Amino acid sequence: MDEVFKALADPTRRELLDRLRTDNGQTLNELCARMAMSRQAVTKHLAVLENANLVATLRRGREKLHYLNPAPIGEIYDRWIGKYERTRIAALADLKRALEDKDDGEA
Amino acid sequence: MAKPELVYVNSIKSTPERVWQALTDPAFTARYWYGTRVESDWKVGSPITFVKPQGAPDTGRVLVADRPRKLSFSWHIAWGEMSKEPDSRVTFTIEPDGDGVKLTLVHDDFIEGSKAAEALKNGWPAILAGLVKTVEAS
Repeated sequence: MDEVFKALADPTRRELLDRLRTDNGQTLNELCARMAMSRQAVTKHLAVLENANLVATLRRGREKLHYLNPAPIGEIYDRWIGKYERTRIAALADLKRALEDKDDGEA
Repeated sequence: MAKPELVYVNSIKSTPERVWQALTDPAFTARYWYGTRVESDWKVGSPITFVKPQGAPDTGRVLVADRPRKLSFSWHIAWGEMSKEPDSRVTFTIEPDGDGVKLTLVHDDFIEGSKAAEALKNGWPAILAGLVKTVEAS
């Protein structure tokens, strides 16, 4: 679980996850095209995400496709958010989204 | 061909054989797949029946059965609008990973704008999380 938190602690890596959330299954080229950094840097960030199992990869011919893998975040959710708190937390998140009128709820 | 839509990887503290059993034993599948008993003799070409607690069963056919490494089957969902869609394809790959197992699910062959694919974006992570918990507790 340390690896997951370390991977998520970096804003670039969270941006990569956001990009995959919007458009899952991208190649390295597609991911690089819209990032303001070298291909090598993106590759490194992707390796950290893959190592933490936050990104799953799939070989498709000569291409490697990257997918957002929700399992580790699901484990964090399961571990710290009790079964009975979920409805209330979801309701509060809905309220926050409605009040802020944006998708991310980033403070 | 469109790229596969759903890809999930789970790490499981277990053995490939145990994970294979979790995927193919109806008593086991019922414990994490919302009561669904996945019934088949798991021979290539054999039918699969997904017996749910309520409603018509989903159906499918075994495409690959390489115990305990790879299991692939076609799946036709019998519920609502999704029943009008053609079969999609589910492939599980089980690989040893450190002292555990890496389970990869690829679900593809959906039609454009598939309602099943949309529903399963929520469905699979929950089913897989249940599978991991059930296997690790057994």
